[in-house]
Amino acid sequence: MEIPYTISTRPDTGLWNAKIGIWLFLASEVMLFGGLFSAYVFLRLDAGPGEWPHGLLNVPVGTMNTAILIMSSVTVVLAWAALKMRKYRAYWWYMLATIICGVIFLFVKLYYEWPQKFEHFGAFIKPEAREKYEQYLGNHRREEKGLEPRIEITGHLENREALKDPNAKEYEIGLDPVNAEPNNPFNDRPHFLYVPPTDHIAKIEKEDVERIDSFGPWHSAYFASYFTITGLHGAHVLGGVLVFLYMWLPVSKKVYQRNPEHLANRVEVSGLFWHFVDLIWIFVFPLFYLL
Amino acid sequence: MNNPPDVTQDPKEYEEYAHGVHQHVKRYIMVGITLLAFTGITVALSYVDFGTRKANIGVAMLVATLKAGLVAAIFMHLAAEKRLIYRVLIFTGFFVLGLFWLTFLAWYNPVVR
Repeated sequence: MEIPYTISTRPDTGLWNAKIGIWLFLASEVMLFGGLFSAYVFLRLDAGPGEWPHGLLNVPVGTMNTAILIMSSVTVVLAWAALKMRKYRAYWWYMLATIICGVIFLFVKLYYEWPQKFEHFGAFIKPEAREKYEQYLGNHRREEKGLEPRIEITGHLENREALKDPNAKEYEIGLDPVNAEPNNPFNDRPHFLYVPPTDHIAKIEKEDVERIDSFGPWHSAYFASYFTITGLHGAHVLGGVLVFLYMWLPVSKKVYQRNPEHLANRVEVSGLFWHFVDLIWIFVFPLFYLL
Repeated sequence: MNNPPDVTQDPKEYEEYAHGVHQHVKRYIMVGITLLAFTGITVALSYVDFGTRKANIGVAMLVATLKAGLVAAIFMHLAAEKRLIYRVLIFTGFFVLGLFWLTFLAWYNPVVR
């Protein structure tokens, strides 16, 4: 049986069916991401002073990924326009560019951004012990300037075995610049370029530490929402790439040869999904990387 | 009209049609460049102190909404769509606003640990 109205429009709706289908799906996606974004708002509003970190993510890398996603949105719409003009060759190249953009985005996320987080540690200092680590926290100056206090010391954990060793008395942390020079005004604002941990190693007594772990989803409400939202977004990018791959392979050329409008409609529908994924990222990027 | 018309079956009219799509292609590229520029602006503005963090968040969300609006209107062709799609989206908008409204209410009755 042939599926009706894949190419021609249905008289009562004025649309071909897949277009209604994708919009209903996107409507449900709005609710899905809406739920997660409202959880983000909820968690952020509820965060106490100093609990919501700033400047932990690599801004140039995030900006690059944003640009890549925007460019892929352009190439996919150009791919569709090329099909409308019956230029299959141009379509093929634009689609390939879109797929490459999607793959680069995922690659940066999975092989560069995420793994770094699991190698980076943060030790929350007990409130009563914060005075002892004033040289790393710089809270006197922050209080004078009306800035939120620092409650954790972050960097590279040099003695990882101390996490499990009950006899170990202290953690040795290769400090991030913000804790190495907490009173430097340069460290009051998040940095634009990524600054690696310094050579300055701080010894922090275990009994002064409320909790220490890597920057995984377990670390804080910030990282929990970061991994959930970027993870779900990444899954969408992967889904889009797989669909585009199918549209790009020779199997889809047969659809084009049978009826070019059919392939154009398929590309339009998957393109709508792709633009939606881009649209979500437009909000994710400032919320997690910049603010 | 925002969308290129459906392709004509008449070869004589085809040339004119292809020209129409070509105009749209230019617009898509311009929108892409605008979006890239806005991304740069978003990053730059995040390093400008607007007084409070709330103000900075407000400005960034405003720019993001503008960008999202461009994507939706031009790339997703919402500037000129069929009525049924708008109806679906009005429903969605209503419910998603309700969702955020509930979160907003929680701000007045915060969770106490």
